[in-house]
Amino acid sequence: MNYSDGVLRNDEKAIYALRELYGRFGYMLYKVNKFEEYDLYAHNKNFLVSDKVLAFTDTNGKLMALKPDVTLSIIKNIAYEDNTINKLCYNENVYRTSDGDGFKEIMQTGLECVGNVDMYNECEVIMLAAKSLETISNEYILDLSHMGFTDGLLDKAGVDLSQREEILKLIESKNVSVLKAYLNKIGMTEEYCENLCKLVEMYMPLGEALKVIEGCVSGEKMRAAYEELSLIAEMMVTYGVSDKIYLDLSVVNDLNYYDGITFKGFINGIPASVLSGGRYDRLLRKFRKNVGAIGFAVYLDRLERFNVQERKYNVDVLLVYDENADVKKISEAVKKLNDEGKSVLTSVSDVTSVSYKQLVRI
Amino acid sequence: MKQMINIALPKGRLGEKAYGILEAAGFECPSIKEESRKLIFENEEKGVRYFWVKPSDVVIYVERGAADIGIAGKDIILEYSPNIYELADLGIGKCRMAVAAKKDFYDRRDRTLRVATKFPNIARDFYNKQSREIDIIKLNGSIELAPILGLSDVIVDIVETGKTLYENNLEPKQDIVQISARLVANKASYKFKNKEIKEICEKVQNIIG
Repeated sequence: MNYSDGVLRNDEKAIYALRELYGRFGYMLYKVNKFEEYDLYAHNKNFLVSDKVLAFTDTNGKLMALKPDVTLSIIKNIAYEDNTINKLCYNENVYRTSDGDGFKEIMQTGLECVGNVDMYNECEVIMLAAKSLETISNEYILDLSHMGFTDGLLDKAGVDLSQREEILKLIESKNVSVLKAYLNKIGMTEEYCENLCKLVEMYMPLGEALKVIEGCVSGEKMRAAYEELSLIAEMMVTYGVSDKIYLDLSVVNDLNYYDGITFKGFINGIPASVLSGGRYDRLLRKFRKNVGAIGFAVYLDRLERFNVQERKYNVDVLLVYDENADVKKISEAVKKLNDEGKSVLTSVSDVTSVSYKQLVRI
Repeated sequence: MKQMINIALPKGRLGEKAYGILEAAGFECPSIKEESRKLIFENEEKGVRYFWVKPSDVVIYVERGAADIGIAGKDIILEYSPNIYELADLGIGKCRMAVAAKKDFYDRRDRTLRVATKFPNIARDFYNKQSREIDIIKLNGSIELAPILGLSDVIVDIVETGKTLYENNLEPKQDIVQISARLVANKASYKFKNKEIKEICEKVQNIIG
C-alpha cells in the first residue's frame, strides 16, 4: 500500500524502511513483552541510559518494570548453541526519564547480533548502522571508536580504575585542556599527554585517521583494535559508505559492558545522536553466556521534528451544508472533492477550530 | 559554502569579555555593540550569529542545538551536566566553587548538615563523596543570608575574592572546584560544521595563548 506525502510521520516511515532493510540481511523481527522483572534492571543499572526504571507490582505482588531497554530482554531470553548466530531486530516502546521531567514512552528500533560474531558479522552490523542513517537522510555521519584501543591507551599510562573513569569522562566531552592538566597531576609524561590529547581532539574519516594513529599503536590490545579498525575501514569502502564513517575517540561506552567497537550516528539537522551501539560481549559474560554480541538502537523519537513540512491546514476543504440538505447530495460532493485529491471535513456550521484551505457550501 | 555558526553568549560582564576574545580572534560582529532591541546579531561575511541568553541557559541552547557553540561557566556545566563538548578553557571569569560558613562555625558530624545553594547538584555530589547526609536548601539569590539568619549551616557558592563573605562575618571553609569560562559545542554541530567550529576554536586558543 502506498501513502501520499504527509500521511506518515518520519518515525513511522523509518520503522518500515528499517525493518525491510534488516530483513534483507536475515534479521528476524523479535517481539518482547512490555514488562520485565525489575531485578533484571537492578542488576545491570549501568547498562541503561538512565538508571531510573518505572516499576510496579503485578497481581502476584512481584516487582515488575516497564522496560527501559530492549537489549537486556533479548539477550536474557535467546537460546544459543556453539557456532550459531542469532540475528534479531525489533521495534518496541521503551520507558525512560529525560532530564528529570518524568517518564516518556520512546519508540525504539534496532538490531542485535548474538552468538558466534565474526568479522563479517561485525562489518555487516556497522554497514547496517550506516544504511539505517541513510534511510533517514543522506547527510549523516557514523562516528566510530574502539574501546579496546582506548583501554589499551590507558593501560599504557597505568592508571587505576577511578582515574580511568575520570579520564573517560573528559575524553567523552573532548575536554582537552582539563585532560592535560589531570594527566600532568597524576604524573604522566609530557609526551604521553600530548599524544593522548591529540587523539582525543582528532576528528576525521576512518581511513585517514588510521594513518594518523598508526604511530601510537603499542601493546597487544591496541594492535588488535587497530587491525580490527583497519579491516572495518576496508569493508566500508566496499559497502560504499566509507566517506561517512569517522573515527572519534569521544564515543565512549561503559567498559563494564562494552569492550570492542562502539559507534554513534548523527543526522544533519538533529541536535543529538539518533543511533547508538557497539560490541557488548562483556554484558553477555555477566549472563554466563560466553559468546559475542553487537547491536544498535535507533532513537525514532528524535526524528519527530526533523525536516517536517509544516502544514498550514488540517484539511483542504471545509464542506458546510445546511441541516435540511440531502444526505446523498452531501456524500456526492465529498466524493467529488476526494477524487480531486482533497481532504474534506463536513460540518453544518463554519464555526470550527479546524483550519482549512477552502470553504465550500452546498 | 560557509555555514553560519550560532553562538550563545552569557548576558553580563563575562559574556562581554568572551565576545571580546571572539572579536579579537576575527569573528567580530559590529552590530552587537549598537544600542538596539535586537536579539540576534549577524555577520554573514564571518559566518557568525550571536545572541545573548541568561548564563545558566547557555548549555541548554547548546545541548539542544539552537546554538552550535556557546560560552558557559564551568559551574553551569557541572550543575546541569549537559551532553556537549567542552572544547577550550577561555581562562576568564576565574573563581571557585566553595563551601562557606560563619567564621566561628564548628562542623559537627553528628547531625544532618543544612546546605543553602544555587547549585544543588554540585553540592549533593560533593557531600555524597564524603558519605555525608545533607539537607539541601535551594535558593535563587542572596545565598550569604542563609547562614547569618540560621536558615542553613553552610553555603555552597561561587567565591571570587571572598569580599562579600568577609564583610558579613563569613569565610570560605573548603574549595570544591575551580571555575572559569569554557567554549562548549553541540555534539551534532561539531560533526556537521566541523571545519567552522574547529577554526573558531583554534583562533580563540591563539588569542588566549
